Amino acid sequence: MTVLTADTALRIDGVSRVFGGGAGQVRALDDIRLDVRPGEFVCLLGASGCGKSTLLGLVAGLDQPTTGTVDTGGRRVGMMFQDSALLPWLTAGGNVEVPLKLRRVPKATREARVRELLAMVRLAGQADRRPHELSGGMRQRVSLARAFAQEADILCMDEPFGALDAMTRDLLHDELERIWRETGITVLFVTHDVREAVRLGDRIVLLSSRPGRVAEVIDVAIDRPRRIDQPQVSELAAAVTARLREEVARHGH
Amino acid sequence: MATDTDTGVPSLRTPDRTQDRTPDQTLAGLDALDIPVGEQRPLARRTWSATWPKVAAFALFLLLWQAVVWSGWKPTYVLPGPDEALPEFFSQLGTADFWDALGRTLSRAGQGYALAVVIGAAVGLAVARFALLRTAVGSFITALQTMPSIVWFPLAILLFQLSESAIMFVVVLGAAPSVANGVIYGVDYVPPLLVRVGRSMGAKGFALYRHVVAPAALPSVLAGLKQGWAFAWRSLMAGELIVIVPGHPSIGANLQNARDLSDTVGVMVSMLTIFVVGVVVDAVFNALDRRMRQRRGLLAEGSAAVKAARGPRRPGPEAGAEPGGGHLPAPARGGEGPSDTGV
Repeated sequence: MTVLTADTALRIDGVSRVFGGGAGQVRALDDIRLDVRPGEFVCLLGASGCGKSTLLGLVAGLDQPTTGTVDTGGRRVGMMFQDSALLPWLTAGGNVEVPLKLRRVPKATREARVRELLAMVRLAGQADRRPHELSGGMRQRVSLARAFAQEADILCMDEPFGALDAMTRDLLHDELERIWRETGITVLFVTHDVREAVRLGDRIVLLSSRPGRVAEVIDVAIDRPRRIDQPQVSELAAAVTARLREEVARHGH
Repeated sequence: MATDTDTGVPSLRTPDRTQDRTPDQTLAGLDALDIPVGEQRPLARRTWSATWPKVAAFALFLLLWQAVVWSGWKPTYVLPGPDEALPEFFSQLGTADFWDALGRTLSRAGQGYALAVVIGAAVGLAVARFALLRTAVGSFITALQTMPSIVWFPLAILLFQLSESAIMFVVVLGAAPSVANGVIYGVDYVPPLLVRVGRSMGAKGFALYRHVVAPAALPSVLAGLKQGWAFAWRSLMAGELIVIVPGHPSIGANLQNARDLSDTVGVMVSMLTIFVVGVVVDAVFNALDRRMRQRRGLLAEGSAAVKAARGPRRPGPEAGAEPGGGHLPAPARGGEGPSDTGV
């Protein structure tokens, strides 16, 4: 395993992932190469079938690449899903506590940390609510707090705001950006929403579909804080959308 | 668009002015609007709405029973009415013999059931976990479950004679497969997303089972436990009728004795006892089930879904606001649904 230098948090090196064998074999990812700096916010953008989620699963260690390596230099990887995926039998606080329990953090420390994390996502005082008593946006914030409870250095987010209404999503963009700035965490953010990618990312990695390849890497040189309805954001989003359509159109024939 | 009329556009705030509101305030406002409003009726009303249908059903049953007696279909010494059986039942409640018999029956049930739960859970977990074991014995478990417990007694009596062990043997064989199946289905139906979540948080092996798989499987496990109890109780009653251990009175033995003496009232008293135990245990399981569903938010959504499936009960508040029409009675939530023991 290569030793990562200080300016690389994550190295994805020649990664391919093939599912199944024989005639039914599907190549989900093909020769993905990507270096992510510590504290960088990278958005993975692509249409259906580009293997975005597969790639996140590889980074999170839920799955192994067929060829190539994913190197996080021993950094801890946390994961957040599109569906908040909170454990329905636990309260909001209980959910945030699970990763702490798994790391055998002592009880007193756990309680303090849970309060701190819920306060970070502006849900102080909601610890005793159960997931079904929360709105979709609140659930995603609990889910975000839970991901942070893993004390991860790299946060993988799999379309975390995809199922939310526009207003909530907009506010959660602000929240995520604030928390990202405060914590200095490295974020790998999967989305199929171009504006969201431009709104949030330092860089956008455009993936092609079937197999998933890196089609283009786009630097987002727009000052923060950004707003989703800012002209520069719309402009870049339009350009990226055009490029994305080009990629998708290749599959039409 | 209503806002595009003459006054709408100029009154819209410019983006800069919305910055006056901090995201915090907006978020707090949105949260307050978004929190689902739960409705909780007072305890007295809930208790009442859960109780009166049962009482009414029981009264109806007594009435039917009495009607059959009145019809003169059988002479009253063969089929006595509730006016004879019920007082006898209540007077039995005052005798030590009755409690001795009930105590022994319940202790047999408790021990047999506990053993069945331990064995069933262990087998279920093993089968759910190891594919080879599942292929080997998975289908046998269901086959075993469908075997009437009474067919085990000849073998049990040959193995253990007329003893407590013979009864225990059949009770465990009757109940364990249901418990095992509950565990197997529970583990099989754990949503893969939750397992992914658990693994992404670093849970493996036992920790994954402890924090994710076991709680996620609980509804099915509980259904298996409930069904297992039903089988244990049935097996036990069959066992007590057939395997009468001398000097060990029990509800089943009483029932058999009463039959031998052509004492119909005695038979009915024993059956009533068996029925009451069934009702009480069912109530315990239902309370557990209800609590679990409530904590997981399945209760509110469930009854909402039932209401939606029923369709609107009236055109709508604005369409049909006839004076004095008042409210239609709310659908009896909180009552018992059909008790589904199967999976």
